Amino acid sequence: MARIYIDNVQYEVPEGQNILSACLSLGFDIPYFCWHPALRSVGSCRMCAVKQFRDENDARGHIVMSCMTPADDGTRISIDDNDVREFRAGVIEWLMINHPHDCPVCDEGGECHLQDMTVMSGHVYRRYRFKKRTYLNQNLGPFINHEMNRCIQCYRCVRFYRDYAGGRDFNVFGINNRIYFGRCNDGTLENEFSGNLVEVCPTGVFTDKTLRKHYARKWDMQTAPSICPHCGLGCNIIVGERYGSLRRILNKYNHDVNGYFLCDRGRFGYEFVDGPSRIRQPLSRHDGDRSDGSLKAVEKKEALDLFKGISMDSARTLGIGSPRATLEANFSLRQLVGAENFCCGMSEHEERLVSSIIDILRNGPTYSPSLRDVEMCDAVLILGEDVTNVAPRMALSLRQSVREKPMEIADSLRIPRWADASVRQAVQDEKGPLFIVSPMGSGLDDIAARTLHIAPDDIARLGFQVAHEIDPDSPPVLDLPDELGRFAAHISAALKSSRRPLIVSGTSCGTLSVIQAAANIAWSLSRTERIAALSYTLPECNTLGLRLIGGLSMTDCFQKVLSGEVDSLIILENDLYRRAEALLVKGVLAKCKHVIVIDHILNRTGKESDLILPAGTFAETTGTLVSSEGRCQRQFSVMPPAGQTQESRIWISDVMAALGKDSAVNYSTIENIASEIAREFPVFKDLTEVSPPVNFRVFGQKIPRQAHRYSGRTAMPANVTVHEPKPPDDPESPLSFSMEGYSGIPPASVTPRFWAPSWNSCQAVNKFQKEIAGVSTGGDSGKRLIEPLTTENGVYFSELPEAFNFDNTKWVVIQSFHIFGSEELSSLGDSVSQRIPNPYIGLNGDDAASLGKDNGCMAQLIIGNVSLKLPVRIIPTLCSGLIALPVGIPGLEGVNLPAMGKIMED
Amino acid sequence: MLSLVKGIWTVFKHSIRKRETVLYPEEKPSLHPRWRGRIILSRDPDGEERCVACYLCAAACPADCIALQATQDEHGRRYPEFFRINFSRCIFCGFCEEACPTYAIQLTNDFEMGEYHRHNFVYEKEHLLINGSGKHPEYNFYRVSGVSVGAKDSGEGENEEPPVDIHSLMP
Repeated sequence: MARIYIDNVQYEVPEGQNILSACLSLGFDIPYFCWHPALRSVGSCRMCAVKQFRDENDARGHIVMSCMTPADDGTRISIDDNDVREFRAGVIEWLMINHPHDCPVCDEGGECHLQDMTVMSGHVYRRYRFKKRTYLNQNLGPFINHEMNRCIQCYRCVRFYRDYAGGRDFNVFGINNRIYFGRCNDGTLENEFSGNLVEVCPTGVFTDKTLRKHYARKWDMQTAPSICPHCGLGCNIIVGERYGSLRRILNKYNHDVNGYFLCDRGRFGYEFVDGPSRIRQPLSRHDGDRSDGSLKAVEKKEALDLFKGISMDSARTLGIGSPRATLEANFSLRQLVGAENFCCGMSEHEERLVSSIIDILRNGPTYSPSLRDVEMCDAVLILGEDVTNVAPRMALSLRQSVREKPMEIADSLRIPRWADASVRQAVQDEKGPLFIVSPMGSGLDDIAARTLHIAPDDIARLGFQVAHEIDPDSPPVLDLPDELGRFAAHISAALKSSRRPLIVSGTSCGTLSVIQAAANIAWSLSRTERIAALSYTLPECNTLGLRLIGGLSMTDCFQKVLSGEVDSLIILENDLYRRAEALLVKGVLAKCKHVIVIDHILNRTGKESDLILPAGTFAETTGTLVSSEGRCQRQFSVMPPAGQTQESRIWISDVMAALGKDSAVNYSTIENIASEIAREFPVFKDLTEVSPPVNFRVFGQKIPRQAHRYSGRTAMPANVTVHEPKPPDDPESPLSFSMEGYSGIPPASVTPRFWAPSWNSCQAVNKFQKEIAGVSTGGDSGKRLIEPLTTENGVYFSELPEAFNFDNTKWVVIQSFHIFGSEELSSLGDSVSQRIPNPYIGLNGDDAASLGKDNGCMAQLIIGNVSLKLPVRIIPTLCSGLIALPVGIPGLEGVNLPAMGKIMED
Repeated sequence: MLSLVKGIWTVFKHSIRKRETVLYPEEKPSLHPRWRGRIILSRDPDGEERCVACYLCAAACPADCIALQATQDEHGRRYPEFFRINFSRCIFCGFCEEACPTYAIQLTNDFEMGEYHRHNFVYEKEHLLINGSGKHPEYNFYRVSGVSVGAKDSGEGENEEPPVDIHSLMP
């Protein structure tokens, strides 16, 4: 610890910080612009000036930039000194000279770092009488709005976009006082993390374009902590609501998971909640004819009666769960239909892969890293994953991990790591080892030390060989080509010389052997006394949790229906047409006497069912999700479900009540369900401690979802009734749908927003951390369920796949993921749908030439019973002999890959 | 005894004094120009809505009786999609007028707002919006602010330089 003196009072702070972050950690307010806890210090805005004194006898002192000055032992500074106050007031006056003062029409207004800092520095009156500089704005695509006049030239945007997120299509242009931040030409920002500019920019230059369509101020939004439902990483988000509709997603700082940033799918993928495919009313088919799609709206009571009638009428009912529904909803369904009748709603293939991943993580010696751990790894091998498009936020962490090893250069020059500009100057283009072995190019190729594009089976073989090179006890690959052998030796040497190696793999290749090869490598590394991390990406937000509950596979389920053993299905938040071939699903649904769907969007499965019960989306659901790391986290509803909609688990408990199922446990409360899950599955023993209990109160008060400045309370419902209704109760969480309650810092998992006096912007998060960029004041959020067995060594997998042998008639069709399009829910949103690529057949240039196809030519691809006629897209990086088919995008749902395919001759 | 006589004398004096009571509604009271009565939304000199739906009036309102929703026209000019004041809750404090950065919301001299039903006190935008600029007849927010919303292009506002040429290499 270092002792520093601030205005003659002694404080103890951890070593190795700069004065700014030390002071902010201690709770002092020092204004700043260019410094960001994740982007670190460059000292360009001159806002964070403090006065430093040589020793206790120095009365004069000198002004320094606190972000650029180390807080060493014995440092004496003054924040309140008159000279330094005047200096800061001068700087802000100067920065504000060209600011347009258009706060009333600026979306940043009310949560603007510039407003906060201007007020904090005491600049209240404009003295400058001359004209203001103006700029022309650019159209930056469907996500980001650009208003350059508001810029104060702090350079945070370029530093985030280029240096941190690796974007290339955005930069700073111009010289003198004509500095311009934007693209070379108008156009969509291509980087997957562009949405973070909204939070990184301290002014309103970059604002959320999706929020602009239904704008509400920060203080007017009812907010709740939640978990992003758009991939398996479980990023923490803050969801904002106004007038019953979802308005925006903000990042919720979680030290271990997403830190300060989100991906664009998570941030802008929320629009499906109020989209046209949303179901708001129970729908039922009276005539029994499923083909015409005639579903009629019915009342809730009638729907429950219909459900009861269907249950009476069916011999055996299967329940199909969903990896995008909460643990509680899935478990309730399992209790309703019985464990032997519960299907976990994944395709058999996917289920096998996920089971294998769980076995590896639970029974092996390597741990599954959090995103924070990923950032600190100094050597990475990615086996068969396109991380940028499957689990985007992890790609951002991987981008930071390649900076870990070169930090040694900065350390040896004794440059503090927070001095970002100096570190980058010292490090130059030096990068840590990141190897990518995948079937085709991915978003991280630009930072990879080496990439290799080979077929999935060869990826596995290479992986096995890498493991063998590290630990000779692991099975060797005997007939590996020389080139691959050399590559394997190169990778293993790099992994062996690292301190914290990381292996990333997942289900994208669709090959068990790739998953096993990754495990072999991680296990061989852990035998060399290293903390090896092994991370598997998973496609959906609760894939891991659902598999831990377990159940029948989809194939079993379909077989039982087709054999007549089962005559009705209850499908929970799952579109079967995305899981299996359309013909098969159609046959299964037609064979069923009754199909009941509980979902919030009307999809093809829903259109062919007999009864649809409208469920709540993530915004209206309180429940638990398990991320691919194995972290169990709770999401809280931001608004009560409107009208006839209810949370899935409430529908199920209502149905249980209607059926008169007498059970010892009341399944209508989340705590009962959680403790039942914990009782039945030992792995979930901590489930009840994931967040504070329902009766948690601070000074006897709940935590309000509405800010204390929430407006319009007596006018919002006045067009319907002037007698203000009582705020809705929330018996399922310590949060309330009200502005009354405890306004201090609650436990991290139930923190609904980041706000502190005089910190209205999202940077108020500083006040919610024990120390800057450290853990939250409110403790941990979420619980890790799976910890490695450190006593075990892991039994190496030894089933090697055959080498990939390209046969000109049979092609291997592999999955190609797209951040926008491959995920079901986000694709339904208006803004994200503008970014979804058109379906294509991806071919290597040589392969396309051998087939006589060119970019854009139509080709017919036959996979089993499925025939697809799509334009060819030449993917130069794709391994020869493979065909890449985009996953899940409209028109290509339900094609189970990888599979063998054939391109038809014209 | 004396106090009793004093009291009777005072009553007598008042019976011949000029009366304070105004015979409303036959006789209209004279109000000060800054009287805070019924709230209106005004238009700018070009006849466009002045309100830019910034939500400041709603935030300032101590009775929380203002609710609105912002939206944009095709030029990006922001205006309220709906604007509702619940006058049965309004305390006519004038904070909304003070908070308004565009002089859109103004309090008028009209205090005659008697109704038999409370729901008649709920005024929507069509009831609030008038066809004039009210106080501050010259002011037009979009001429002054830096955003271009169809009224002018970037750099054409009052106090604005023309947009910079970012390609210029001149120092």
